[in-house]
Amino acid sequence: MSPTSSSTAAQIIKGQTGDWEIVIGMEVHAQVSSNSKLFSGASTEFGAEPNNQVSFVDAGMPGMLPVINEKCVEQAVRTGLGLKAKINLRSIFDRKNYFYPDLPQGYQISQFQNPIVGEGEVFIDLKDGSSVLVGIERLHLEQDAGKSLHDQSPDNSYVDLNRSGIALMEIVTKPHMRSSEEAAAFLRKLRAIVRYLGTCDGNMDEGSMRADVNVSVCKVGGYDKFRADGSFKHLGTRCEIKNVNSMRFVAQAVEYEARRQVEIIEGGGTIKQETRLFDSKLNETRSMRSKEEAHDYRYFPDPDLLPLELDAAWVETIKKSLPELPDEKRARFVAFGLTPYDASVLVAERELADYYEALAKGVDAKAAANWLNNEILGRLNRDSLTIADVPVSAAANNAIVTMVADGTISGKIAKDLLYIVWTEGGDPRQVVEARGLRQVTDTGAIDAAIEAVIAANPDKVEEVKAKPKLAAWFVGQVMKQTGGKANPGAVNAALKKRLNLPDEG
Amino acid sequence: MSVDKDTVRRIAGLARLAVPAEKLEPLAGELNGIFNWVEMLNEVNVADVPAMTSVVAQKLKWRADVVNDGGVAEELMKNAPEHESTFFVVPKVVE
Amino acid sequence: MTDFTLASARDALKAKKISSLELTTALVKAVEEARPLNAYVTETPEKALEMARASDTRLAKGEGGALEGLPLAIKDLFCTKGVRTTAGSNILGNYVPPYESTVTQNLWDAGAVMLGKTNMDEFAMGSSNETSAHGPVFNPWMAKNSNSKLVPGGSSGGSSAAVAANLCLAATGTDTGGSIRQPAAVTGTVGLKPTYGRCSRWGIVAFASSLDQAGPMTKTVRDAAILLKSMASIDPKDSTSVDIPVPDYEKLLEGGIKGLKVGIPKEYRMDGAPPEIAALWDKGAEWLKAQGAEIMEISLPHTKYALPTYYIVAPAEASSNLARYDGVRFGHRAKGVRDITSLYEKSRAEGFGLEVQRRILIGTYVLSAGYYDAYYARAQKLRTLIARDFTEVYKKCDVILTPATPGPAFAVGDKSDDPVAMYLNDVFTVTVNLAGLPGLAVPAGLTANGLPLGLQLIGKAFDEATILRAGLAIEQAAAFNHKPANWWRAA
Repeated sequence: MSPTSSSTAAQIIKGQTGDWEIVIGMEVHAQVSSNSKLFSGASTEFGAEPNNQVSFVDAGMPGMLPVINEKCVEQAVRTGLGLKAKINLRSIFDRKNYFYPDLPQGYQISQFQNPIVGEGEVFIDLKDGSSVLVGIERLHLEQDAGKSLHDQSPDNSYVDLNRSGIALMEIVTKPHMRSSEEAAAFLRKLRAIVRYLGTCDGNMDEGSMRADVNVSVCKVGGYDKFRADGSFKHLGTRCEIKNVNSMRFVAQAVEYEARRQVEIIEGGGTIKQETRLFDSKLNETRSMRSKEEAHDYRYFPDPDLLPLELDAAWVETIKKSLPELPDEKRARFVAFGLTPYDASVLVAERELADYYEALAKGVDAKAAANWLNNEILGRLNRDSLTIADVPVSAAANNAIVTMVADGTISGKIAKDLLYIVWTEGGDPRQVVEARGLRQVTDTGAIDAAIEAVIAANPDKVEEVKAKPKLAAWFVGQVMKQTGGKANPGAVNAALKKRLNLPDEG
Repeated sequence: MSVDKDTVRRIAGLARLAVPAEKLEPLAGELNGIFNWVEMLNEVNVADVPAMTSVVAQKLKWRADVVNDGGVAEELMKNAPEHESTFFVVPKVVE
Repeated sequence: MTDFTLASARDALKAKKISSLELTTALVKAVEEARPLNAYVTETPEKALEMARASDTRLAKGEGGALEGLPLAIKDLFCTKGVRTTAGSNILGNYVPPYESTVTQNLWDAGAVMLGKTNMDEFAMGSSNETSAHGPVFNPWMAKNSNSKLVPGGSSGGSSAAVAANLCLAATGTDTGGSIRQPAAVTGTVGLKPTYGRCSRWGIVAFASSLDQAGPMTKTVRDAAILLKSMASIDPKDSTSVDIPVPDYEKLLEGGIKGLKVGIPKEYRMDGAPPEIAALWDKGAEWLKAQGAEIMEISLPHTKYALPTYYIVAPAEASSNLARYDGVRFGHRAKGVRDITSLYEKSRAEGFGLEVQRRILIGTYVLSAGYYDAYYARAQKLRTLIARDFTEVYKKCDVILTPATPGPAFAVGDKSDDPVAMYLNDVFTVTVNLAGLPGLAVPAGLTANGLPLGLQLIGKAFDEATILRAGLAIEQAAAFNHKPANWWRAA
């Protein structure tokens, strides 16, 4: 499998004047996992009383100065390494100047021309099992803003600065995504990577990860020209959809926005470069007029800070401590014998992948994956639980799957056994012994059960001789008779012999 | 480069300073006086000169990731022109 | 009693000849009587007396810090916990900081007594103290045969006037382009701007972050050494504070200047400068030579670009630093506004004075799209060249001697109509800020009209000790012991 972006099919929008393709780039804001803020010692914990996780620095009080949190620098470097990106040993913090009530200093400390992390790459995994490369343009550190609440009073907005100054990583992609599926898959993959790295909790409900999605459309072929010579003139004018906070909404926003743009262009209009908002209730994007004012952020290096200089040996230490990342894990799982798609589902969450690996120890990889997918994940989805909620350990599941594989129990009993240990607890092997769940392979016992079924159903015996397909009914009855413990293969063979059925029956 | 009335209006807008219409012209004049004087910097060839980013030879200080600040919401409200419990209050902001 | 210097009062306190309470009481009274000078914007007599009593208790036990019981005035740019801090601006209103600046905390930790907060140009933007929201400060000095009121220099004009008029033993100042040295020079006092990074900026209302430095304003060079020792520290709360231990500057005053190489920069001989300035400068060089220094001409070729460079860099940083004064969390908020943009625009237009608004506009313009490279980026490159000039000459000499100001104190209102003329007051001081170096202004003589003039010594980075030693040599040679006549008590 050689993953390349341009070889995959772009999503085509059928317009009235022809086919259009979508081009998507993304800016993801990921909250750095740290105890305290980027430039102050206030806590980053979610859900505190208004303004109670705010230091005088965060509130922009006169004379207050920023001092950088080493953990945030380390996390940015770790993320950069996880994105296979270039780490810039010298980066500079700039001030981005604008007025907003939730921006207490009147500027955001960010990185403009010299970010801490340069170009990198992310492979995204599609449903058909293919992989697509999305280029990362850069990653930089910046401060989050506070929050304005508009629904507390008819005339006023209320400002809470608890978020103000929390460290964010802004991760900017190249415009390499071509469909709503790719856009959602990118965000899913990026989330998996930062969670593996432990640099962001990826909690989208709490705003730990938000995406600004840049969407443009062009006539079919425009994108390949762009990739060939790098000139943006082949692409359409883009609109930026702000603060989209789930994979599903990313996909929906892209779908809506691309169609909207095609309609405007085909109607003789032109696309205005603007910032738009995705309304998940109405499933549409709309212009954010308040952001329409011409921006002039007057970036300049923050004179309260000096250039951020990293020691190459320190970066190397972090590199050595990186965990196995989803792509490497996926490759290993595929080598075990899983399909690429199954492997990418399992590696999406580190906890799930770890669970799978423990479950699959010493058993057939595929059988273990099937067991996990069908028996465990199915049940979790039904109850809206996560892998962390499973009451049965991976080791216990490993025991169950192992017992199926060596013929100790039947597949049917395995499911019952799981139910027992799930609801009542206990060690699967002990439960099997205590409750006599071992598979019956003793032909004497099977033959006895067959005789009993035949004796009770003489009419069916005649029927099955005419219609050999009815043998399955007999197998079922015999299984019932043995409490599910009989080996279905052995039952089938004995039945055929006893009733003189042809082999294909 | 010369600063005109519209430029002053635009800059004042960026800087969030209300400037009465009749003051725009005189301000443009003053600013031009200053910018004309500053023009002398163009005499110097700075092509290969790096911009100064720090006047002292000092490595940026880093702090440890510990929570040792915050929890001063009440204190913050003492200087606030308007507040409701521990929220700062401003006129309604339209998104 | 108010004639004491830091050193003499310290010794008198140690010897139990006076108590801090007596000293403080006398100064509190002098401050009250000097209200016509408008040097203080906030007097804190109760606090002063309470601190003095506590000092006396410690002194009685033989304890106490380096400044134990010594009353000081604090420029109103330093945030003082529980004491109103205005930065000379209406926009801060009655702002009461819930924190203490590192520098003032260092002083209180050393046992100093706070008399109050001194007047200053609004946000330290000015060279005459005329831009203060609290009104101008008057220089204690008047020209011979004249009643016209003169400016005390700026922006630390309240501090310079307070030191010159014996309204404190010493004061703190801040210097962004000359705001310690220029007011010191025109009031016959000593002012030291330390190397950038020597004193913490934490808790000092920011004007231009890459240039601002706090420093002592005193009656003598020895006092400057004493006060700097306590003001300076290595501060983990200021990323630009430098990790170099603070030496004992007073001890380092000893030893004389034999063999000291003193550079005289030819570019500081300005056309049209008053001959008195040039004469004083020559005299200063002779004094140093007479004490064993070696005098040499040097060249700082980019000197003339320093002031325009400064008037790009400083307003640019200020335009951003002053964005936090928006009427949302503290300070002045305009009444009766219904939308957030009007709240910003009106609060800021009402709260900031004209000079501050002018500099915010300059700074916003030079950073704005399309102009950044032509102005701000170019100015920062010029700054590199200016700093390199110093690096070059310091291969040959140890200190540089220049005039401190282009002239003596001028009359209130004289230059307030012409911004560029006003800016030229800092022509000799501003290069030092751009290069981050230490500079000391020492009183050296009087004009024919009887107004004080000062000389400036510029040192290598973190070599305050050498300019203090050279300053002491000038002080001793000049034997400047003039004091202004007390006209304000009657006023």
